[in-house]
Amino acid sequence: MVTQQVEAAGIGAAPPTTPRLTAWQQTLALLAHDKAALVSLSFLLGLGLAALFAPVLLDPASLKMNMSLRFIPPNLQDGHIFGTDQLGRDLASRILMASRVSLTTAFIVVTLSLVVGLILGVIAGYYGRWFDDIIMRFVDVALGFPSLLLALVVIYALGPSIVNIVLVLAATRWMLYSRVARAETLKLRRFQYVEAGQIIGGTDFWILRKHVLPNLMSIVFTLAALELATVILAESALSFLGLGVQPPNVSLGLLIAQGKEYITTAWWVMFFPGLAIFMTTMALSLLASWLGIALDPVQRWRLTSARRG
Amino acid sequence: MGRYIARRLIQSFLVVLAVVTLVFVLARLTGDPTDLYLPLHSSPEVRQSFREAYGFDRPILVQLGEFLLDVARLDFGRSVWQKVPAMPLVLHRLPLTLELAGVTITGSMLLAFVLGSLSALRPLSVVDRATTFISLIGVTVADFWLALVLIWVFAVYLNWFPTSGTGGLEYLVLPGITLAWRPLGRMAQVVRSSVLEQLSSPYVTTARAKGLSQPLVLFRHVAKNAFIPVLTLAGTEFIGLANGAVIVETVFGWPGIGKLTIDALERRDFAVIQAAVFVVAVLVVLLNLLIDFCYAAVDPRIRYE
Repeated sequence: MVTQQVEAAGIGAAPPTTPRLTAWQQTLALLAHDKAALVSLSFLLGLGLAALFAPVLLDPASLKMNMSLRFIPPNLQDGHIFGTDQLGRDLASRILMASRVSLTTAFIVVTLSLVVGLILGVIAGYYGRWFDDIIMRFVDVALGFPSLLLALVVIYALGPSIVNIVLVLAATRWMLYSRVARAETLKLRRFQYVEAGQIIGGTDFWILRKHVLPNLMSIVFTLAALELATVILAESALSFLGLGVQPPNVSLGLLIAQGKEYITTAWWVMFFPGLAIFMTTMALSLLASWLGIALDPVQRWRLTSARRG
Repeated sequence: MGRYIARRLIQSFLVVLAVVTLVFVLARLTGDPTDLYLPLHSSPEVRQSFREAYGFDRPILVQLGEFLLDVARLDFGRSVWQKVPAMPLVLHRLPLTLELAGVTITGSMLLAFVLGSLSALRPLSVVDRATTFISLIGVTVADFWLALVLIWVFAVYLNWFPTSGTGGLEYLVLPGITLAWRPLGRMAQVVRSSVLEQLSSPYVTTARAKGLSQPLVLFRHVAKNAFIPVLTLAGTEFIGLANGAVIVETVFGWPGIGKLTIDALERRDFAVIQAAVFVVAVLVVLLNLLIDFCYAAVDPRIRYE
């Protein structure tokens, strides 16, 4: 509310000659100011595109088993920058194929849990009463239990398939969005423009779509970027323990589990898949902390003003 | 306060009940529970006698009632892998997990206080930047990979610590570091922001105006108030520790509950899995209760009715 007034006043006071930047241009300008976020985003885009087009880009021979090429250490001369694995496959190519699976799985899980969590959270926050009570009790209970252990047991009972992994991970991760969306909706419900919308006879659906959801987006997307990292970690942990993605599919966690056996003789087989996870989650977390500020009109100025220290 | 305690007790009981029921339903969801309880190669005769002995042919609600009664008596059936009752097997492994968790949480809490306070006292200093970096690694690294990298560097390459197993203190170092990193990172950040907040509050200015020395201000005034948010976080971190224990115990061959659960999963020993999940649920719930009560005792504002 306050921010809207400030923004409106700011636009009115601006000299008419300065063209208004579109939201995209504004965001790009902000991004140019933050090196960590820029590098993170470039890395994620690069990895995402490489993983997406991996089947086209990669030489099929690099993924074939070839016992004469076993355990070649990382080197730049013959193109195996991360070395080869126990069956003579190029590790860099394997990591790219595994990233495809890991990133896709994480992306679907986050989308699914975001949509479910957001809807339930907004309804609980907007309508309140018994629905709110039930949902929030449930959220409290679900957040109060180690999710990996529960996921392990559920997947054990249902059988490890990618669909089950997605469902179980989504079922353990939607609560965070609900909690955040509910808290924000509770706050927004009291704002004048929401009340104004009700007075002019707007339906609940219209108010939620026009006035509540847009205001939730910044916090929810920031959370989603962080959750993407958490889900990548959770999926790789399940795969590492043998209850996630199953061979012949590969995921980063599975690669590490296979590489674990050769830790004394060929460290790179377990090292580089883990490094890929680490860099991805690190980039996501840096990007999330930037997003949190960039999408918040109250804090946005911090990014363009000169840095201290 | 009394009503608060009663409400939290009932809530905790419901959590344990929900977890136990979920595990029960899961076992029945898959169709034939004998698939879960018995080895895959069991003969039809063995399966049939098992079904009758455990009453899998009776109505599901009767089964649930019986199951809950058994749970109340801590009877989870026999382990098909070790041929002994499941519950004592789990309880036998519990102290080792508690030892690892206790060392981890104490160590990371102490270090978090030191690093967090130093960062708050000197923002943007070397210590502050290092703490931020440590925290960032803590929340982004895959713990099983960190464990393997530590084994590779400190056990295989440098040969300073054993790769796995239990015994003296040297066996605790690598699993402890792996497990402590994430809670350390998060708690250090909370301590930092919490101390920063306290330092700029009026009572600190008053204390300084009275002429109190820096250590007195810090230890007598700031520390107590900065401690409260960390206490809340410690509960969440303990839940995370239960997750981490499964992985860290497996990688380091630490024979606690986590390793037992994974071994039981591999051997399709559902009785042991159920017992382990139950014990972890009770532990987590009890610890959260304890923390909430400490919280209410330390901060009078919490005791709302």
